[in-house]
Amino acid sequence: MIWIAIRMLTGDRTKFYGLLFGIAFSTLLITQQLTIFVNLIERGASGVYNVAEAEVWVMDPVSRTTDIAYAMPTTALDRVRGVPGVEWAVPHLRANAAVRTDTGDLEQVAIIGVDDATLIGLPKGMVEGSRAVLSRPDSVIIDDVGTTRMFPDQPTPVGEVLELNDQRAVIRGMADSIPSFTSTVVLYTRYSQALRYVPGTRNRLSFVLAGAADGVAAAELARRIEAQTGLRARTRDEFAGDGVDFIIENTGIPFNFGITVVLGFIVGVAIVGLTFSLFIRDNIRQFGALKAIGVTNGKIVRMVAAQAGMVGAVGYALGLLGTVAFIWVFGSDPTFKGFYIPWQIPLMSLVAVALILAITGFFALRNVLRTEPAAVFR
Amino acid sequence: MSPQNAQTDHTAAISTRGVTRDFPAGQDVITVLHGIDLDIRAGELTFLVGESGSGKTTLISIMCGILWPTEGEVQVFGTDIYDLTDTALVEFRLANIGFIFQQYNLIPSIDAAANAAVPLIARGMAVEEARAQATEMLDALNIADQADKLPSQLSGGQQQRVAIARALVHEPRLVVCDEPTAALDAKSGRRVMDLLREVAVAEDRACIIVTHDNRIFDMADRILVLEDGRITHDGKDMPEEH
Ligand SMILES: Nc1ncnc2c1ncn2[C@@H]1O[C@H](COP(=O)(O)OP(=O)(O)OP(=O)(O)O)[C@@H](O)[C@H]1O
Ligand SMILES: [Mg+2]
Repeated sequence: MIWIAIRMLTGDRTKFYGLLFGIAFSTLLITQQLTIFVNLIERGASGVYNVAEAEVWVMDPVSRTTDIAYAMPTTALDRVRGVPGVEWAVPHLRANAAVRTDTGDLEQVAIIGVDDATLIGLPKGMVEGSRAVLSRPDSVIIDDVGTTRMFPDQPTPVGEVLELNDQRAVIRGMADSIPSFTSTVVLYTRYSQALRYVPGTRNRLSFVLAGAADGVAAAELARRIEAQTGLRARTRDEFAGDGVDFIIENTGIPFNFGITVVLGFIVGVAIVGLTFSLFIRDNIRQFGALKAIGVTNGKIVRMVAAQAGMVGAVGYALGLLGTVAFIWVFGSDPTFKGFYIPWQIPLMSLVAVALILAITGFFALRNVLRTEPAAVFR
Repeated sequence: MSPQNAQTDHTAAISTRGVTRDFPAGQDVITVLHGIDLDIRAGELTFLVGESGSGKTTLISIMCGILWPTEGEVQVFGTDIYDLTDTALVEFRLANIGFIFQQYNLIPSIDAAANAAVPLIARGMAVEEARAQATEMLDALNIADQADKLPSQLSGGQQQRVAIARALVHEPRLVVCDEPTAALDAKSGRRVMDLLREVAVAEDRACIIVTHDNRIFDMADRILVLEDGRITHDGKDMPEEH
C-alpha cells in the first residue's frame, strides 16, 4: 500500500512540486528567520566569545556586560590572583574613544587593552599581520568588520596612522573577530598602551580575566572569587548570556524582530498545513474507496504518514539547504560575519513541519476514518 | 412478507431483516428503505431493478458493508456484519466482497493494471505479482492492451471494466454491482455478464446486480423489483408492467 501511497503523492507532478515547494519555502522561512534572530542577539556576547582564553570574568558588582562596565581599582587584579584555584589572572580594559582618521573623519571606536605579557584578550585569529606586532610602540590591531566600516575603499588598513585622544596610533594588523551588536570599530592594544589612549581617572581596570587551575570548575572558581573579593565574577557562558540578555532587555530587537520571526513561523506553518491538507482533500475519494475495498484505518494512516514523511523529508531538506546557502552566500557580508545555524533551529523547524503535517493530515483524514465508505460512491 | 421469512435462512448468502435507512434531508428525515427482509441465495445471479431514487444503491451498499442500516440486521455468509468492529468489517470486506459502483473511484496516478490489483496489494501481495494477476482479469474483459494506461487515458467503458476487474480480481464470495453494463455496448455488456457469472456464480458465492439494462434481463436467475424502498416483485422474470 505504501507503493500506492507514494504513487498518489508523486503522480500529479504539479501538485507534488507545489507541495515540496511549500514545505521547502516554509522551512527556509522558519530556519532563516530564526537563525538571523539568534545570531543577531548573540552579537551581545561577541565581546566574550572573542576572548577564548578567559574562563571567568571578574568585574565591579555594578558592571553588566563587556560594554557596560564600571572600572575597578587596579588592586582588584592582585585580589583575584590571591584566590585559591586561580591559575592566572590578567587585566582587561574596555573604553570608548573618538578617533580622527587622516581624511579628517571622526569615528567612535572601542579600545580594548589586552594583557601586555600574554596578549590574553586579543582574538586568536588574525586576518593580517601577527599578534606580536602589539609589542611595537603605538601599535593597535583593528578588527576586520571595523575595517570595512572605517576604511571601506582601501585594500588594507595596515600602516594607517590614527589620532586617538591626541596620541598616535599605528594600525599594524587586522584581527579576525566577531563583530559587536553595533558593529563598533574595535582597536586592540596592550593594556599599558591603552591606559595612555584612555585619559582620565584613577580606576581604569574594566575586568580581570581569570583561568582556573586544573580540577577547578569555572563556576566553582567564580563563586570563590565573589566570596573572597566581593567583586562580581561570571563564567564565560554566564557572561555571554548576560550580553544576550542585555540586548533582549534593552533593545527593540527581540520584540520587533521577534514578531517577524513569529509571523514567519506562522506563515510557514500555515503554508505547510494548507498545501498538505489540500493534497489529502484531493485524494479523499480514493482513500474512501480504498477503505471500502478493504484497507483498514491503520493502513490508511500509514499511507498518509508515508506521504507526509516523503514530502516532508525532501521539502525540509531543500529548505535547510536553502538556509545554508543563504548563510553561505551572505557570510562574506560583514553584517552576517560568523553567522551559524545553531542545531536547535533545524530541529525546531523539523518538529514544526512534522507536527503540522501530522496535525493537518489527521484532520483532513478524519472524515475518511470515521464515516461510512458509501459516501465516496455517490 | 410472510412471517416465516423473518427467520434467518442459514443457506442464504445474504439475509437482511427489517432493514431501514434514513437520510437527513434538511430539517426532515427521509426514510429510503422500509423494512427490507430479503435472502439472497448463493449460486444465483440476482438482479435488482427499480426506478431512479427507489433505493437500489442504498440497499446494495448496506448489503456489502459500506453503509450502516438505521435499523435491522444484515448477515453475509452467516456473519452479522454490522456487529463487527470497524476494522473487522473492513477486513471482512477485503476477504469476501467485491463491488462496482456508478462512481468507479479509480486512483488516477496508477495504471489500469495496478488499479485492478488494489485488493490483492491490500492483502499484502507484491505489486508486480498483483499486477500480473490483475492483467489476466483485464484480459478476460478484453482490455489487457490498456493495462499500462492511466485511468485518464481510458474511455468511460474501459474505466468501468477496470473497476469490474478490481471487484473480481481477488475472487470475492459476494459481488455487488451497480449498473455494471451502463457504459458498455451490447457486446461488451454480454462479456461482462458472462464473466460475472463465471466468477461470482458458484455454490458458495453470490452476485447481485442493479440494472436498468433490458438487454441482459434474460441472464438473471432471479429478479427483484424495488419501489419506494419496498420489494414489490420477486421472481424469475420481469413483471408485466415494466
Ligand atoms: N447520503 C445520502 N444523503 C441524503 N439522501 C440520500 C443519500 N443517499 C441516498 N439518498 C436518497 O435516497 C434515495 C434513494 O437513493 P439511491 O441512490 O439508493 O437510489 P437509486 O435507486 O440507486 O437511484 P438511481 O437509479 O438513480 O441510482 C434518493 O432519494 C436519494 O436522494
Ligand atoms: Mg443508484
